Amino acid sequence: MSVTTYKEAIRQAQADALKADPTVFLLGEDIAAAGGAFKVTDGLMESFGGERVMDTPISEQAIIGAAIGAAIMGSRPVAELMFADFAGVCFDQIANQLAKYRYMSGGQVSVPVTVRLANGAGQGFASQHSQPVENWFLNCPGLKIVTPGSVEDAYGLLRSAIADEDPVLFFEHKAMYNLKRVRTGELAPVPIGQAEVVREGGDVTVVATQLMRQCAERAAEQMADLGVTVEVIDPRTLVPFDYGTVAESVAKTNRLIVMQEGSAGGSWGATVVARIAGDCFESLDLAPVLISAPDTPVPYAGGLEAAWLPDVDTLCEAIKAMDRY
Amino acid sequence: MEYPDRVAIDDDPSLADGELLGMLRSMLEIRGLEDEIQRAFTKDLVRGSTHLCNGQEAGVVGACTALAEQDTMVCTYRGHGAVLAMGAPLDATFAEIVGRETGLCGGKGGSMHLTDVRVGAYGSFAIVGAHLPIANGLALGARQRGRDSVSLCFFGDGSTNIGAFHESLNLAAVWSLPVIFFCENNLYGEYTPWRATTRVERLADRAASYGMPGVRVDGNDVVAVHQVTAEAVARARSGAGPTLIESVTYRHRGHSRTDPATYRPEGELDRWLEVDPVLRLRALLTTRGIGEDRIAGTEAAAKESVRTAVESALAAPPPRPDALFKDVYA
Repeated sequence: MSVTTYKEAIRQAQADALKADPTVFLLGEDIAAAGGAFKVTDGLMESFGGERVMDTPISEQAIIGAAIGAAIMGSRPVAELMFADFAGVCFDQIANQLAKYRYMSGGQVSVPVTVRLANGAGQGFASQHSQPVENWFLNCPGLKIVTPGSVEDAYGLLRSAIADEDPVLFFEHKAMYNLKRVRTGELAPVPIGQAEVVREGGDVTVVATQLMRQCAERAAEQMADLGVTVEVIDPRTLVPFDYGTVAESVAKTNRLIVMQEGSAGGSWGATVVARIAGDCFESLDLAPVLISAPDTPVPYAGGLEAAWLPDVDTLCEAIKAMDRY
Repeated sequence: MEYPDRVAIDDDPSLADGELLGMLRSMLEIRGLEDEIQRAFTKDLVRGSTHLCNGQEAGVVGACTALAEQDTMVCTYRGHGAVLAMGAPLDATFAEIVGRETGLCGGKGGSMHLTDVRVGAYGSFAIVGAHLPIANGLALGARQRGRDSVSLCFFGDGSTNIGAFHESLNLAAVWSLPVIFFCENNLYGEYTPWRATTRVERLADRAASYGMPGVRVDGNDVVAVHQVTAEAVARARSGAGPTLIESVTYRHRGHSRTDPATYRPEGELDRWLEVDPVLRLRALLTTRGIGEDRIAGTEAAAKESVRTAVESALAAPPPRPDALFKDVYA
């Protein structure tokens, strides 16, 4: 199967992992017979059988707990949460059990669980099916968090997540499932914890993931026409965060904008701004800027949701304002 | 009494004298260590909170002795007894509770997170009901990896009112997982009598909702607990799936160190002390004609092993400062 979209990349990564490692298995609601609510696992049960691609009841706590226990016994589970928002139902299993099991047992157990979460806004799913949920888990040491923003990263980070000895939350943006691949070449594992400089530039550094990374790339195009060069960095992994790549860029551009889909409070973007403001104070010409969604739930109506999501125009204005200094 | 149907102890000829004496030793060591932990509180050697299982020893010992070597066990924050019943060393267990480097978890877990995977004790969990889903996972993982392993899961009566209980029993039944859901009904969910929070007459009846057998047993009768658990283990191992066991027992002490348990009706504790599981096993041994010298010898040996364990644990150093940063990630 040739992979052309983000969704296919996630499916292929699971297929390749199932093929490469007999301990890998998938579990989740409607992922087997139905192929997933978003068809991300379509065909995998037919290829690998019901013992390795397992449908579950609508029981998120039971799903994550089953993954935790199985991982401790030597399996490598990939658990799907149909919508990332459902992490609220099993928050305890993720934040208290999955994240802390190794630590509180003094390193007696390894919990190599991958949780796939369909995340993010932009498609009219309203408040309980659209949140950027990655920010809920930033404060849970023990978890790794990845947010692939390209077809290559969707494949590569999922392969790395499944192979990782630690629990990894894999946030796939559901508004990007049909994102087309632009590069060619073999798909390969992408190391966790390594940012990518998506576009080089010398005037302003913009750090963004997923939908916001796409905005940043478009904004960079527009700004290039105005003679402003924007360096776009996709951190790809939120925990552990690759501060080195951002710091290196800021040393060159002296300006930082972080753009994220979620609200500002307790978010990864706010954390990056605070950290870089401290670590790179001497390099910065002016205070770093955080562009984020307003402090409201995600609304339903098209116009309201569009107003909620940070967009290219907002970013361009921020870049222009910064570039004037 | 709360349970008119509780039966007088039945003997089980398949259990040899030596096995019963082993159970007595284990129960006495658990009780002895719990008493030492209580003492350690008064000297400020135990931090935070801890939850003692005095009075409930027959449940954990009867059940864990029904397991085979490859089987696994998870339990609650009232789990010292369960972890010891699996065979965790007394000294490392006590060392963990007093926060020493030589503790089971290197001093990182404490009283509520005792874990010793070498003996199949895969963890003590401090969130009510949270480990039931994990018990399923241990059973699933074992099956996937070709290990003929049964997963024993202890929890309290209070856990039967939390969502994870419902989700876990249902999934275990749907997947026919080899899990024993062992409910230690000690009559109180923290400070509240279980009758005030539950309308069913028997917690074992809840099994019917999930299509699995539910059995109630006299939880102060170590032989009865052992028998019931052995049957559930055999059923699980044969591929027939999970069982819910309700083991009716009594918590001699309060919920935690700060709870004097004044909410208990007068005379209740005294009535339960009359059916203390240690006394009952002792009586059975006497009925079998086992001499007082052998029983007393077992008691002395248990006492001595607790004493030396406490002594060696207290002599151990605290964790080194750099332990703080270890084991967050692989």
